[in-house]
Order: sequence, then structure tokens, then C-alpha cells
Amino acid sequence: MSGYFKEIYDGCKSLVVGLGITFKYMIRPVVTLQYPRQAVKMAPRYRGHIDLVPDAESGNKCIACGMCQRNCPSGCITLKSEKPEGAKKKVLTGYRLDFTKCSLCGLCVESCPTDALDFSKEYNLAGFKAEDFVFDLLKRCEERRR
Amino acid sequence: MSEMPEIFRVLAFVGGIMALVGLNAAFSVWLERKVAGHIQRRIGPKEVGPFGIIQSLADGIKLMSKQLVVPAKADPILYRLAPALTMITAVMVFVVIPFGPALVAVDLNIGLLLVFAIASVNVLALLMGGWGSNNKYAVISATRAVSQNVAYEVPMLITVVSVVMITGTMNLNTIVGQQQNLLQWYIFPWNGSILLPVAFLIFFVCAMAETNRAPFDLGEAESELVAGFHTEYGGMGFGLFFLGEYGHVFVGCALASILFLGGWQCPLGILPGVHWLLIKTYLLVFVVMWIRWTYPRTTLYGLLNLSWKVLVPFSLAVLVVTAAMLKVF
Repeated sequence: MSGYFKEIYDGCKSLVVGLGITFKYMIRPVVTLQYPRQAVKMAPRYRGHIDLVPDAESGNKCIACGMCQRNCPSGCITLKSEKPEGAKKKVLTGYRLDFTKCSLCGLCVESCPTDALDFSKEYNLAGFKAEDFVFDLLKRCEERRR
Repeated sequence: MSEMPEIFRVLAFVGGIMALVGLNAAFSVWLERKVAGHIQRRIGPKEVGPFGIIQSLADGIKLMSKQLVVPAKADPILYRLAPALTMITAVMVFVVIPFGPALVAVDLNIGLLLVFAIASVNVLALLMGGWGSNNKYAVISATRAVSQNVAYEVPMLITVVSVVMITGTMNLNTIVGQQQNLLQWYIFPWNGSILLPVAFLIFFVCAMAETNRAPFDLGEAESELVAGFHTEYGGMGFGLFFLGEYGHVFVGCALASILFLGGWQCPLGILPGVHWLLIKTYLLVFVVMWIRWTYPRTTLYGLLNLSWKVLVPFSLAVLVVTAAMLKVF
């Protein structure tokens, strides 16, 4: 008989505790974001596709050494450079990233001797054609400088 | 309102009660979704109107514009009658609910009895809907709803009998009139019987089970029975079931606040009126929703055990103690 009353008492107590927990959750601030209008701030170590880091003086820090292109296991980086008349250094004239092949391993970023490459925080990537994912990073870099 | 001709009085009350049932359903759905959202730390509806308050209206228009498909081999009469019947019982119960000192459609002296007499017809509507739609899930759900309603009617009526023994009347307006301030509410143990708080708890739990609300919503256990007795209903057939369900929830909570929490009386005894009944009722409705989003659904055996092994003995104890205390003091 005492077991009967103890069960009822314990049951009622656990029910009240449960109600308390949900009430606490109810008055806490909501955690969802209204996506198109609000967006999550990406974490500093988020890996989007790679991007050339804009530089105040020369546009970018790339010395066109081709390390990233050679290190890329998927072969998605195509670099173009030329040496202008009388200049000592090569100048980058085109940097094409084929993001459809990229596995985001980051070897290009690691191997870059001048830290000219970085991961972007871009995640709104949706397209209808494979060509939508071939990025001209030099052009992006110019746009970001402006 | 007694100086008005009878026909206008009737029309005003019919219109008012229908509007209340409709608005109550719209508001309750919105409130339920908001409460559910915030308990799960979401936002809930927010796009249609300020704070999403017109969302239920938009849903209602959608439901009304949908075609009502009668499934093949369904019983056409029962299938069509069931949603109407659940709505009719929900509306008819409002006839004796006192919203204010003079704001009651029919001031019956057996009002309390009428509420239970009509509200229990609702289970017949569920049975008709489940049986009539020729669907195995709907039939299982309907039988569950019936056994549940039978099981919970017993303790509910026993507790109500003990309250009636204290009040000495079944006229709901008189019962409210007896509870003029907070100290005279029948939820407190010094007003006739020391087990009155227990009586309120039993009544509230039974009201939740009678209206098929979670955690007692075995009738529409989505994980097992698709959608229960309204599996085959679409459009406004489903809409009427919904209107009826929220109407019954409102009536259950209004009755709890009339019997135990002083109805339209102010806790401090000033400015009584319809607003106090609405505040108390919607507080209880909120508790019902809060409970729904806290507890998981019980099993059928757990539900019947709770009724026959706990609620019935306790309600009998309330009855005996109340009778003894009334006799002695």
C-alpha cells in the first residue's frame, strides 16, 4: 500500500520537475535564425572555397610561383602569369578555380609561401550549371578590394 | 440583457457563441504553435500578420476552399455527420456557460448536468467518424477514444458531485456567485472539504483526457494511427474536428475555472466581468498546452491504469471526505 502512494508521489513530483524544465526553456531566447533575413556568422575556421587575400599595395600577394597549382591533388587550380618588359617579377594575370573538383583539403593554402591564399566564408553556393562553380579568383579579389 | 425581445437575445447569443468558438479555435491554434515553438526554442508562426496572429485565419481559408472527398466504401451519412456533431456539441455546451453576471444564454438550474450530458456526446461523434470512414486506423482510434472517455467520465463526475455537495446547486452562475474573492474559491481546502485541491487536479486531468489532449491523445496517436479518427478527413471536415476539439478544450478549462477558480469573479472582489473568465480560462488552456509539449504520450494501459487505479479511488476519497466534513461541520 505504501508503494502505491510512493509511486503516485514520485510520479507527481517528476511531472512537476518536467514542467519546470520546459518552462525554463520557454522563457529563454530562441536560437533559430530567420535564414534569408538573418544569417549565421561563419566561424573563423570555416572552410569555404579558397580566395586570394586582397592587398592594399599590389592588389594581391601572389608571386605566381605555382606552388598551389602543383600541390593541388584534384588539379582544380589554373594559374596564368606573365613577365612584363623590364620587370623583375612575374605578375599574376589569371587565377581560375574549378570548385566542382575541389575537396577543400587546403594544401594550396598551406603551401603558399606568401600567404596570398585563404578560405572564404562563402556558403550561399547554388547554381544550375557546372560553369557556375568555376571562379575567377583574380576578378573576385579586385572586386573585394573596391 | 433581459429587456431585449427574446428573438434578438437568442440571435445575439447564437452569433456571439459561434464567433467565440471560431475565434477561440483560431487563437488557440496560434497560441499552441507559439507555445510549442518557444518550448523548443523556436519562434513559431511569425509571417502572417504581427507575430503571425492571422496565420490560423489563412489556414482556415485554405481548409474551407478544399474539396471534401468522401472515401469509397465509407458510410456517407455517418462520415458527413461526425464533424458536424462534434462541432454541435462544442457549441451547445456554451449555452449554459456564464460569461458574466448577466451574460449567460440560458440560466439553467441544472447547467452543470447539461454540460456533461452534451459534452459526452462528443465521443459518439468520434466513434461515428472513425467507423464511418472505413479505415482500420480510424476504427482503432475511435474505440480507444471511447474506452478513454468512459474511463475518465467516472472520476470526473464523482469529483463534480463532491463540488456540487458543497455548493448545493448545479446552476453555474450561482456557483460563481458564491466565490466572491480569492479566499472563497473552491480550489482552497478551507471552503468545505480539505481535499478540494485534489478534486481540482482530478478534474483538470480528466478534462484533458476527455478532450483527447496530450498526453492522453491516444485517439490521434500520429506515430501509430496516422491521424486517428480523422485520418480520412480533409478540408473543412478536418477543420470542424479541430474547431470542435479546441471548443471542448475551452469548455473544459472554463468549467474548471467556474467550479474552482471563481469564474467571472475578480480575485480581489473588484470589477468582475467576462474578462476575468477569459483570463482564467486561457491561463488553464496555456497549462494544457504546456503539458502537451512537456510529456510524451502515455500508453493505452497506462492511461486506463491511471484512471481506474488512481483517479477513481482518489475521487471516491474526495467524495467521502467531503460528505463527512459537510455532515460534521
